[in-house]
Order: sequence, then structure tokens, then C-alpha cells
Amino acid sequence: MIELSTMQLNMIELNNIHRDFLVGEQKVHALDDINLSIVAGEYISIMGPSGSGKSTLLNLIGLLDSATEGTYLLNQQDVTALPDNEQAATRNKTIGFIFQSFHLIPRLTAAQNVELPLMLAGTEPDQRLPLVNKAITEMDLADRAQHRPDQLSGGQRQRVAIARATIMQPKILLADEPTGNLDQKSGQDVINILEQLNRQGITVIIVTHDNNIGERATRQLKMLDGRIESDQTLSQASL
Amino acid sequence: MKTALRDITGFSWRALTGFPTRTILMLMAMAIGVASVIMLTALGEGARRYVSNEFSSLGTNLVIVFPGYSETSGLNPVAMVGTTPRDLTLDDAQVLTRNTNIRRIAPISIGSINASFQGRSREVPIIGSNAELLNIRHWQLAQGRFLPAGDLDRATPVCVIGRNIRDQLFAAQAAVGQWIRLGDRRFRVIGIMASEGRSIGVDVQDTIIIPVASAQQLFNSASLFRILLEVKTRSAIESVKQSTIEILKERHQGKRDVTVITQDAVLKTFDRILGALTYAIGGIAAISLAVAGILIMNVMLVAVSQRTAEIGLLKALGAPQRQILHLILFEAIMLSTFGAMLGVLLGELGCVVIRLVFPALPAYAPLWAVSTAVAVSLLAGFIFSLLPARQAARLDPVLALTGK
Ligand SMILES: Nc1ncnc2c1ncn2[C@@H]1O[C@H](COP(=O)(O)OP(=O)(O)O)[C@@H](O)[C@H]1O
Ligand SMILES: [Mg+2]
Repeated sequence: MIELSTMQLNMIELNNIHRDFLVGEQKVHALDDINLSIVAGEYISIMGPSGSGKSTLLNLIGLLDSATEGTYLLNQQDVTALPDNEQAATRNKTIGFIFQSFHLIPRLTAAQNVELPLMLAGTEPDQRLPLVNKAITEMDLADRAQHRPDQLSGGQRQRVAIARATIMQPKILLADEPTGNLDQKSGQDVINILEQLNRQGITVIIVTHDNNIGERATRQLKMLDGRIESDQTLSQASL
Repeated sequence: MKTALRDITGFSWRALTGFPTRTILMLMAMAIGVASVIMLTALGEGARRYVSNEFSSLGTNLVIVFPGYSETSGLNPVAMVGTTPRDLTLDDAQVLTRNTNIRRIAPISIGSINASFQGRSREVPIIGSNAELLNIRHWQLAQGRFLPAGDLDRATPVCVIGRNIRDQLFAAQAAVGQWIRLGDRRFRVIGIMASEGRSIGVDVQDTIIIPVASAQQLFNSASLFRILLEVKTRSAIESVKQSTIEILKERHQGKRDVTVITQDAVLKTFDRILGALTYAIGGIAAISLAVAGILIMNVMLVAVSQRTAEIGLLKALGAPQRQILHLILFEAIMLSTFGAMLGVLLGELGCVVIRLVFPALPAYAPLWAVSTAVAVSLLAGFIFSLLPARQAARLDPVLALTGK
């Protein structure tokens, strides 16, 4: 399905990445010499015990955080020390975030929440409306568009967040425990949606505690103490 | 990345309405600051205009001569009280009538004496003057006639009484035509002053006016308290002042011993004092605006910390630092704009109330005060939200998202 030429080019390339935090006098190695290459269209799960550095890795890939050491190439471009405005522009256009706690703005309606990235990008209002409607409809939220987050169920909220994360048509979706606050059924729905987005060509990286979810990904990373313990690709394993 | 003004406005508006307590608190702080500047300066300005009006009612193109002179010229409080090195006399007044630039002259002597009628009596301030006084001071008669025209040194036994004197001595009886006793002399009442005849220092309603020669006999004194001159044109005021000084100097053995002030000079002095007062209270009120600014800063800091996760989210969605800065600043400026508008409304309403309660006081806020108040509040809103806005812009997105 994926062309050979694009497969060879890494979309994400992390070389000898370290991320240290100073906690008082103590240095915490949240990421300890990470080397990771991801090509466009992959479906990756990251698992591992609490505190193993999963979120830190995801934030770093999403340009919300930067490495203490090492280099990060995004689409063959060095983004290790990008200035703030370029970082922000990259987050806006190529990366979508999905959080465990949804992070919807409570005073805005579902549609207004979905519209935010377009607004921040300066897209004209009359061009935004059809895009927002389309995204909302695709998430099966057409009748909830004018509701505020507190009038929505957890699953609906996460679907609003997914609509928001995909409205700019990003290349990468980063989901940090997206089902952590959801019941079994809604969690399943959310995973289905993410997998469907992956089939459309978006690179999806999910951090999860749930083995059942983690094992659905075609590539499974296991982390421990800031290191990648294992990196299994399903197609290889099944071959 | 540019966000349309419409979007920023909408976003800020929803942020403001999303936190009503905080918004109302800040609106009130701003509004009270602006309203107090407007109302206090309106009071000051009202007082200034009130005094200025009172002075105009003193008479137009008025020059006042009084005995005594001190080198520190201008409005001299000692001279105002009227210590008398050499007397100012009726003859002095007579000589001044020769100046063709002078339309009217009214000599004034004052004193206080017991007035009685049919057993009722009271101590009354007396003004001795002539027929011209009525016109010079723009007074009105309620009834009868004013002092008769004629020679200044004719001591006709007639008097014009104020309303309160009429009420106290005559109660319900007709007063005009009656004879009253002033000290040991009898005077016929020929007129009654209308209540409009009021001016600073003298309440005409409480005085009795008699011919100046009669007053001099009554008080056994040849000296005058004042000579009032009404000059024909405004442009002649200065020359009349100078020639009056010269003439009287000549008559008084070459010694300058009178003070001549023009109504303009007095008015200017009061104007200056009250103008300064208006600025001062305006300034004090403006301090309350600065206080409002500091309050804005604190509330915006709280707002930023309340919305840390939201700011983190905006960053994750692609808002650069500058955009966050603009959003927070815009919100604060929008808030101070509403606050200032509300303040102008409240202040002007307050002025209306002041004018209703004190009809004599023309309490209108000067335009400079209104515009300064608005400008200062907008500026304070801007400056004091810079710090919280920068703080918000510099938040670490990862920490912010976890609400830290
Ligand atoms: N801002 C921070 N300051 C200090 N230590 C941090 C910070 N963020 C993460 N850490 C530490 O880094 C390590 C990895 O954290 P994290 O990536 O959140 O783990 P996970 O998501 O796998 O649970 C943990 O030990 C955590 O305490
Ligand atoms: Mg985590």
C-alpha cells in the first residue's frame, strides 16, 4: 500500500536523544539515549510502566518539549532547536494532539473547540465553517456541535478532541493515553477512529497502559527507565 | 500566524463572559476610577464656574478702589480688609467722576447700627452709597424706588431695605413709606431689594442701604470703604485704573495710598486657585485609576494561572508566544475599554445627580478630564496586563497542559 520511495524516507528520526529534568539537586533521566526512526503512515503504540518516559517522548516528538541532548529530524529537517514561532507553526500544521483529559475549553461549544486550530492559523471564517462541519460530522457529532463540553459524554468529548486534532489535516497524530478516562466501549470507538485515520495515511502514535490496545498497533515500543526496551513490528513478527 | 481581529474579539469576549466574577470585579475597579475622576473634576470645575458667575454678578467692567496700598500688589488681603493709612473721601469720588471713560461711580461706606420699628429692633449692617449702586451691581428692586440721584453730600433720610430686614421689622405690614429708626435718626423706607441682589461678602437681603452722606453722619466718619467704578468699555479698564491711581496720588500729596483692583484681576486669582484645585483633585482621582491598574494586573495574573492548561492547549494547537501575548493583552484592553465606558456613564450620571442636588453648581466635567481618565485607564489596562501576558506567553506548554 505504501510506496517504496516514501518508506525509505524517515518522517521522524531521533538520534541519541536525552531529556533530563532537574528535580531539586537530582537529575532525572526521563529519556536516556533514544534512537528511533518512524516512516510516514506507521501505527505505533508505546507501552511501559508509569514514569518510564512515554509522555516525555511523545511531547518531544510533538515539539512541545525539546531534548537536552541529541538531534531530532522531522521530515528530514532538523527541528532540535527550532525558534518558537516555527515550532508553533509546525505543531499547528503537521501534528495533532489527543490527550487523556481531552483539554477542551469549557466555555466554547464543540464546534468552536474544533475551530480553534483554524482560528490560530488565521484561516478565513467562511472557509472554516465547512471544514468544521465536515470534521464534526465525520466524528458523528453533528447533533452535538453547539453543545458545550460539560453537556457531552467522555467518548463524545474525546471525539471532539480528535476532530480538533485532525482539522488541520496533520501528518502525525500523537495520543497520550486517549482512552485513559473512557469506559471500555467509548475507548474502543476512539481506537477504531484512530485506526481509521491511520488507514487514511496519518502516522498514529498511541501511548497506552492497555495491552489489548497496545497490541493492535503494527509497531509496538516498550519503554523502561527512559529507554526503548523493545521495538516490535507486527508484520515482521508475523512473517 | 495572524488571527483575525474578529476572532480575537470573540475569543476574548467568551473568556470575559466565561469568568463573570473576575470580569465584574475589574470592570468595577476601572469604572469607579474613571467615574471618580469625572465627578471630582466636575465638582472642581463647577466651583470655579460658580465663583466666576458670582463675580460677574458683581457688575461688569468693574474697578474697585479702596484705601491702603502695599507693594505686593495684586489682590492684597490687608487692603481687602481695609486698614486705612489715609482716608478715601467723598471728594475723591467726586473728582473721579470727571473721567469720561467712567460711566458710573458708587462710593461705599459701611457700618452697623441698631434698626428699629415699633418696638422691633435688630443690629443691621448698613451700606451707604448712591443711586448708581443699583446699576453697577445689577441689583433688582422688589418694591418701591432705590436711592434718589443727586449730590453725593446730600444726606437725605431715606433707606432701601433687604427682604429679611423687611420681614423682621415689619412682619406682614407694608414697609414702603414707613419711618424706621437707625441709631438716633429716622429714615423713610422707599424701597425693598429683591432676593436676586446677592453677591460675595454682602447679603443684600440682610442690609439697609442709605445715602452715603447719611451714613457718614450716622457713623460720624468721612472715610469711604470703597469706591466702585463702572468703566464704559472693557478696553478702557486699564487706563481708568492707571488714571485713578494718578489722580488720587496727586490729591493725597503725591503718596500712593489706594489700591485699585479690577474685577478681572480678582476673577483671575480665584480662577487660578480653583483651576489648580480642579487639577489637584483630578490628579488624586487619577491615582485611583493607577490602583485600578494594579488590581487589573493581579486579576489578570490570577486569570492566567486559572487558565494555565488552556494556554498550554493553545500552544499545543499551534499558538506562538506572540499570539498568546496578544490574546491576553487584548482581553485586558477590552476589559478596560468596557470599564472606562461604564465609568464615563457612571461619572456623567453622578454629575447629573450633583446638578440636581446643587442646582447652583454647574457641575460639568471638563472634556480634558473625561478624555484623560479614559486614556489613563486604557493605558493602565495595557501596561498592567503586559506582565501577566508575558508570563502566559512564556509558559512551558508541557507543564501548562498538566495545569502546573
Ligand atoms: N517537568 C518535569 N520535571 C521533573 N521531572 C519530570 C518532568 N516531567 C517528567 N518528569 C520525570 O520524567 C520521568 C518520565 O516521565 P513521563 O514521561 O511523564 O513518564 P510516563 O509518561 O511514562 O509515565 C518520570 O520520572 C517523571 O517524574
Ligand atoms: Mg505519561
